Amino acid sequence: MTAKISLHHVGKQFLVRPTRALPQARVLQALEDITLDVQAGQFLTIVGPSGSGKTTLLDLLGGLSRPTAGHVLVDGQEVTGPGLDRAIVFQQYALFPWRTALANVAFALEGQEISKKQRLSRAREYLDLVGLSGFEERYPHELSGGMKQRVAIARSLVYEPGILLMDEPFAALDAQSREQLQDELLRIWRSTGKTVIFITHGIEEAVYLGQRVAVLSSRPGRLKQVVDIDLGERGADQDLRSDPLFVRYRHEVWNLLHEEVHRAEDAGHGKILRDQTDRVA
Amino acid sequence: MSTSIIAQDQTVTERERTARPTGSAVSSSNLSATRLIRWLALSVWRFTAVGLFLLLWEFGPQYLLDQQTMVFLPPLHAVLQAGAQLWQQGQLQEDLTASLSRAGIGFSIAVVAGISVGLVVSWYQPLESLLMPLLELFRNTAALALLPVFVLLLGIGETSKISIVVYASFFPVLMNTIAGVKTVDPLLVRAARSLGLSNLRLFQKVILPSSVPTIFTGIRMGGTASILVLIAAEMVGAKAGLGYLIINAQSSFQIPQMYAGILTVSLLGLVVNLALVRLERHFSRWRDPAR
Repeated sequence: MTAKISLHHVGKQFLVRPTRALPQARVLQALEDITLDVQAGQFLTIVGPSGSGKTTLLDLLGGLSRPTAGHVLVDGQEVTGPGLDRAIVFQQYALFPWRTALANVAFALEGQEISKKQRLSRAREYLDLVGLSGFEERYPHELSGGMKQRVAIARSLVYEPGILLMDEPFAALDAQSREQLQDELLRIWRSTGKTVIFITHGIEEAVYLGQRVAVLSSRPGRLKQVVDIDLGERGADQDLRSDPLFVRYRHEVWNLLHEEVHRAEDAGHGKILRDQTDRVA
Repeated sequence: MSTSIIAQDQTVTERERTARPTGSAVSSSNLSATRLIRWLALSVWRFTAVGLFLLLWEFGPQYLLDQQTMVFLPPLHAVLQAGAQLWQQGQLQEDLTASLSRAGIGFSIAVVAGISVGLVVSWYQPLESLLMPLLELFRNTAALALLPVFVLLLGIGETSKISIVVYASFFPVLMNTIAGVKTVDPLLVRAARSLGLSNLRLFQKVILPSSVPTIFTGIRMGGTASILVLIAAEMVGAKAGLGYLIINAQSSFQIPQMYAGILTVSLLGLVVNLALVRLERHFSRWRDPAR
């Protein structure tokens, strides 16, 4: 069986624009030699220190940029651009502020040849799935952060992609909303059977959500290790986060990440600001 | 479980909505009365300065100026009388229609051209770097400085007046359209790209709607500019129009009529600006963060 998502020796370089401090333009290796398979229906979380290329990796999977080395395969096919078989959920929601919640969700269907009525009814269905019935006509500025992210999730699910790519989607939320949305996401994942790749900088979040946790090294981002998480059956009322097994996994990932974080700090790595052209064109 | 979250979220927004500063101990009827009084007080206050100015205009010339100067600055009631007389003769309507149609035609052309050129220029980077220096040069050449050129080339007929209105209101629309397109949140572009939108659809569905409020700011500025420039153009050479009315009244020594024309111009400007502000607000409702 071929994997749903396959990364073969993937590397990505950026040209960094010259600044006053560093007058020479230089090449920056964001990702190096990443090889990883994700099976269909699997929930993989990716953790790494700042500047380890997590978002770059997600961009490659989403088809928003192309690797400079290796291959990114989805269903055995090379990724050449964005497609409706994959959906991206961004940390900053990326909702269209001039559209209501319903119209934001329906937006994703507008390229497809279905009637407006069908579009709206499917958008309603998915807003309901994320628990936002009754908020259809609200504009984004009238919604809380957690609700905005729910709308964004509904928008990414509405066209039924097989793969959900999530880029630190809950990082901007308060702790309570974050935990609620984590559980909602797991519920949606179980009921829809999507393949999920979830990027986070929270170790606890990674262990809580993922069936596997991929740890990236500091720049250039390499795959340091993949930790399989097996927490058994989850009871609804169970406080999984204080389970000894959970604590052990958390510690294992923490150890892996800890030295990388230090290395990244020593090297003074931060987020790279990409070229405007790379984003728009 | 999810319903409890929603309920919680809802109470938060409801709390925010009702959190406007009102004393909780005040009963609702009392509240509306207080509000009415506050509104009346505010209205009176807002008209105080204008009222004082009008009073000064009415009584200043009569009691503070000597006879000779008063001829050049007639009191308000004389101006209003002259205005009413012009209205009865049909003169005011005629000039108003002439000015409005010139401004309207020129302004409409400028809006269509400004938005189209702005969208094209801001979308194709090379074109922008090619044209921007030239456009900057034109933009910073005052329209009125070019008035003689327009008159020389296009005569003193309608064409030259409409053209100068187009020239004056084109640049605010253009510049704001470019600014609007440039300030589109790159994250929204990324999100739309990830949904597989083509360039054209991206433009139509994301870039255009997100620039609408900025474009409307340009339209409002262009509207103001169009009237401003038109009046001046009509003063130079015309057979009708508010600018013509003013300058013609002055040269035939009908001073109250001249002021009536000036007053009409200010009222027209006020109305046009108010209408455009309303329109602008309507189209940028979604940008309003706390409503």
